[in-house]
Amino acid sequence: MLKVEGVAKAYKKAGLFSREREQVLADIHFACDYGECLGIIGESGSGKSTLGRLVLGIEQPDRGSILFEGESVTKRRGRAGKISAVFQDYTSSINPFYTVEAAIMESLRLIGMGGQEASDKLDFLLDQVGLDRSYRQKHPHELSGGEVQRVCIARAVATNPTCIVLDEAISSLDGSVQMQVLQLLKQLGQTYRMSYLFITHDLQAAAYLCDRVMIVHRGRVVETVAVEQLKDVQSAYARKLLGMVML
Amino acid sequence: MAVLEVADLQIWDSGTNQCLVAGSSFQVKAGSCLAIVGESGSGKSLTCKAIMRLNDSGLRQSGEIRFKGENLLALSEKEMRQKRGKQICLIVQNGMRAFDPSCVVGVHLLETIATHFDWGRDEITTRLTAAMESVMLRNPREIMNKYPHQLSGGMLQRIMIALALVLAPDLIIADEPTTALDAVSAFEVVEQLMALRQNTGCAMIFVSHDLGVVKKIADEVLVMKEGAVVESGAAHQIFSKARHEYTRYLVSNKLALSQRFSQVMGGVDVAEG
Repeated sequence: MLKVEGVAKAYKKAGLFSREREQVLADIHFACDYGECLGIIGESGSGKSTLGRLVLGIEQPDRGSILFEGESVTKRRGRAGKISAVFQDYTSSINPFYTVEAAIMESLRLIGMGGQEASDKLDFLLDQVGLDRSYRQKHPHELSGGEVQRVCIARAVATNPTCIVLDEAISSLDGSVQMQVLQLLKQLGQTYRMSYLFITHDLQAAAYLCDRVMIVHRGRVVETVAVEQLKDVQSAYARKLLGMVML
Repeated sequence: MAVLEVADLQIWDSGTNQCLVAGSSFQVKAGSCLAIVGESGSGKSLTCKAIMRLNDSGLRQSGEIRFKGENLLALSEKEMRQKRGKQICLIVQNGMRAFDPSCVVGVHLLETIATHFDWGRDEITTRLTAAMESVMLRNPREIMNKYPHQLSGGMLQRIMIALALVLAPDLIIADEPTTALDAVSAFEVVEQLMALRQNTGCAMIFVSHDLGVVKKIADEVLVMKEGAVVESGAAHQIFSKARHEYTRYLVSNKLALSQRFSQVMGGVDVAEG
């Protein structure tokens, strides 16, 4: 379904006249199947979020290709409504002037839904993420972090996407709220048969949700391994990461 | 002997009269580490700031905070300033906001140390360099000449720890020091904090919502919910036989998350329930 081949990305280094470029990603290959949950693990600065943005088509790679169902993600028509995203910073994910209703309605309109049908769908979506109708008229600042993240998930699911990119979607949440959101994601993944690209630095959360994990270090893929084989990782870096998990 | 005794601490908003922390009492024994856990909005950070007397003027506090037998609330602002840093150190969540953004890190560090000790510039630099090397920061001189935005969160957090190492306080208050960091930096910072405790023998208050970290570092745990202390006790007791329902809820959530990981890792480090 999603195929990433030989992708490289460099950014200009800070400074007005700087010509140096910093290689953020180099030679990335991976594929993600329908209904699969692929975890992308790495520390800050490893380029994992950049990879997420490239997959979403928000940015373009310098080299290589990213194909979604056989078509390049840079073409909007090919991916409209099929790839969604949930980001880490829930305070800036929803337009502060929008109510919950307006935020979710926006993505329902994208797939050409309107009127009573959209209104029913909205109630259904809110119910599915564990919120009730009373949330429709609320603004994002009236909600807690976990609730905003639930709205973001409802918005992402609204278009019945094939794939959702979750960029550190649970990292700014509290321990117990993290768990609730993970459970929600797991359950939604099963009902909708969506694939997830779960970008995180938290191996425990990745092990909970994912089928496969890809470990990224300094812009390169170090190792890709099925979660069941996590303890048999070969590379030194992956072993180091496993050793640093605080249970 | 207790380094810090907090008795019936109440914090409320003087504008709305809303009670934020309702009568919490606890003590920190010399050389031990007390962890305060709870969800956001449970009053963990307010409690820390109340000890340092750093809360906004709109917030009022009552009760008694005794540091080595001395009531902190009765001190004048000037006397309190001398306590902060020298005897009680605060390490905050966001390293970026802890340092002065308009000057290089070194200026800030030298200034802080110079207010508490009358050492010469050279002596301060030597001690600081040694401290920074011990928290695994390479090239201390180069780091001291950088602005906070040029350094990563994990590095800034370790610089804070290095500063604490030089000041050698009796009590360190670490308010969510690992929350803004990724798993690798968080692990390193926790290691350094543990080493710091070992080297200086100071007591510590460690605030976190991540029970994994708490389990690693804490001797005693205080559980807070909506401004009230719901349970306190030795760390192993909280994790294995918690009395309060809320504590059990937090612990079970933590276990549910780590269970799958422990399972695929072949039960090598299965968290003891």
